[in-house]
Amino acid sequence: MAMDAALIESLIKESIPDADVRIEDLRGDGDHYAAYVESATFKGKTRVQQHKMVYDALQGRMGGELHALALQTSVPKDA
Amino acid sequence: MDDSVAERIKSDITSNDVVLYMKGTPVFPQCGFSSTVVQVLTHLGVKFKGIDVLSDPSIREGIKQFSNWPTIPQLYVKGEFLGGCDIVREMYQTGELQELLSNNGIDVQIKA
Repeated sequence: MAMDAALIESLIKESIPDADVRIEDLRGDGDHYAAYVESATFKGKTRVQQHKMVYDALQGRMGGELHALALQTSVPKDA
Repeated sequence: MDDSVAERIKSDITSNDVVLYMKGTPVFPQCGFSSTVVQVLTHLGVKFKGIDVLSDPSIREGIKQFSNWPTIPQLYVKGEFLGGCDIVREMYQTGELQELLSNNGIDVQIKA
């Protein structure tokens, strides 16, 4: 099963509006992505909480139609 | 989730210091993400209990509900959910994982 990178990005931005999102299609097969998400809303949260926010944004697709999303979250330096 | 499944998970993560819910076994991981976490733990010389979710569908679904986390692998240290593959890898690279394990009194012996 595959999922479009633009859809991943728009779902994340819908849920975390200030997010700076970068998606890489790791194998060019539309099924293995890496996502880098930077947002001030991550501040003060643990990595587990930050990743959960992104998974929540994907509305249950993670672990389902989206098998592989290597996720890295960060807080902007000036936040 | 069935109460007995939740009880089994609670019992496993509290009676073992480090528990990895994974696809396959530590010797034969059946997914690249599970394999990565096994490699990190092995490199750090950390003893852990591997639980193969592929051999038990009730645990496979149950652990996702238990932690409210959608994917496998899942690493638990002293009964606390630490994260999946990405978080474990990142914490290993920054040295936080080694520090957290040591702070929890878990032996870390990095293998050359």
